[in-house]
Amino acid sequence: MRNAFFDALMKIAEENEQVYLLVGDLGFGVVEPFAKKYSKRYLNPGVAEQNMTGIAAGIALSGKTVFTYSIGNFPTIRCLEQIRNDVCYHKANVKIVSVGGGYAYGSLGMTHHAIEDLAIMRSLPEMTVVAPGDPIEAEYATRAVVERTGPCYLRLGRAGEPVVHNGKIEFTLGKALELFKGTDITLISTGGILKLVAELRERLLRDNINARVLSMHTLKPLDTEAILSAARETEAIFAIEEHSIIGGLGGAVAEVLAESNLPKVHFKRFALPSVYTTIVGDQDYLRKIQGLTVEKMLKDIKQIIGHKKPMINSGADVKKYKEG
Amino acid sequence: MSKRRITFSHAEEEKYKHRAKKIRIDVLKMIGRAKSAHVGSSFSMADLLAVLYTDTLRVDPHKPEWPDRDRFILSKGHGCAGLYAILAERGFFPKKWLDDFYLNGSHLPGHVTHSGIPGVEVSTGALGHGLSIASGMALAAKHDNKSYRIFTMLSDGECDEGSIWEAALFAPHHKLDNLIAIVDYNKIQSLGTVKEVLNLDPFADKWKAFGWGVHEINGHDFKEIKEAFDTLPFTLGKPSCIIAHTIKGKGVSFMENLLLWHYRSPQGDEFTNALKELENTL
Repeated sequence: MRNAFFDALMKIAEENEQVYLLVGDLGFGVVEPFAKKYSKRYLNPGVAEQNMTGIAAGIALSGKTVFTYSIGNFPTIRCLEQIRNDVCYHKANVKIVSVGGGYAYGSLGMTHHAIEDLAIMRSLPEMTVVAPGDPIEAEYATRAVVERTGPCYLRLGRAGEPVVHNGKIEFTLGKALELFKGTDITLISTGGILKLVAELRERLLRDNINARVLSMHTLKPLDTEAILSAARETEAIFAIEEHSIIGGLGGAVAEVLAESNLPKVHFKRFALPSVYTTIVGDQDYLRKIQGLTVEKMLKDIKQIIGHKKPMINSGADVKKYKEG
Repeated sequence: MSKRRITFSHAEEEKYKHRAKKIRIDVLKMIGRAKSAHVGSSFSMADLLAVLYTDTLRVDPHKPEWPDRDRFILSKGHGCAGLYAILAERGFFPKKWLDDFYLNGSHLPGHVTHSGIPGVEVSTGALGHGLSIASGMALAAKHDNKSYRIFTMLSDGECDEGSIWEAALFAPHHKLDNLIAIVDYNKIQSLGTVKEVLNLDPFADKWKAFGWGVHEINGHDFKEIKEAFDTLPFTLGKPSCIIAHTIKGKGVSFMENLLLWHYRSPQGDEFTNALKELENTL
């Protein structure tokens, strides 16, 4: 995703001379082409994210479109007040980009786990929140946030994520992408876990469960219509994200469902428990210990919808997924 | 400092005095009516604002969005009453707007806001934001080959914020000599004197060490203020820092240099006596 972002940004910068890139002294090996080709519009204000974000607001208020770029929580939580006051209140054209959503930097430790960012960014007025599901979505999302006036947050994975989509997509901010049609249940995914969700769908098919898969790349504004259609047309909805169970995609979908007045639909959030992990592990390892695996989700889904096929386990550990 | 000869006439002095007096009277009325705080913080910078908005800033009240205007950012957003007062005085918006400052339904809150208020560039209130935003604007001006300048007014207490020093590093690195930081150094912050809470001295040396052109002035001496503003930038290729030594609560004898008037709102006899004193100046 990171490479897709930079490829797109290079093209955008070529077409639009008002596009700036500010980096928080991070991006070794990827920012150099931009820095070289657009040296005047590239700025590394150093390891100083608060200042970087304030500067970005100042440049944006002078008529430019400014990307701030760093990893994990640095461009978001570290400078949250600058984002809130300087960027959002002024409706400044600042596009915040974080590489390393979720456990992408797993082994680097909890400081580098971006697991509350979506909840926090989503709560800010004026902020558009985008978490593309694969490199193709990342490329389209980069263009889309430039076209959208005002503050945007773009949460990327890292490098080397697999492409999930086949070729061209119809990408519109605030509109979920339907990867697979399905009539039994709906899997709603946000961010880089999309590949896993596609695998989960494959596995469900083997058990005669036909799942609709939605990539909810835009968390805000949320595609409520896609959620409500899923509630009307399928018997269960599962929200899947590599983010805290509090306030992210699952929370957003739950809010829509709870106020929908539709007949009850099964609903469950697959997300990270609200804990800081002290165990070292890469992304896959940490996903596994937090239960974000195809096997675990499959088991829970089958237990919830009480299915045709024999259950694998009793599902006694469903409780583990609950908040706290 | 450049060697340009500065002339400063009695008429100029009177003009600034008159304007500063008006700012202080409006501030007192606004804060008294609203029962709000920070009268001392508005008074300490009133003389600086009077000069800035009379002869220094290239702004046009009839064209507040004029692209080539100088920008002023009140980073010490709690001093908003002073800014609102001078903006109204200069005709950016009707003076009547000051009447419901801080009151329910008003658009002038207790920390400066840009939203719907002509002449206000940036909203502040959380400290330590203004210098970064100003630096971004200064950089953009340079890139666009524009000659407008960015002024920002900081408080001394605000310089406890790390983000101020992040920006203080940044601006000289990028040679932003179109950026001017004015510190309203009244030496009293929220819970005590600056010396007691977190000593900033040697203050000028810190800015110099960071690469700024620095000039210390008496922030209540109009000649010194004007001279400083007329000789910007102090050094070509460097941002300028004016450390203005000021008195918290300046203008009302019983408020001067007292911590109490960071928060206390003048009511009853205090209000009447303060108003009398201000009206009798000149």
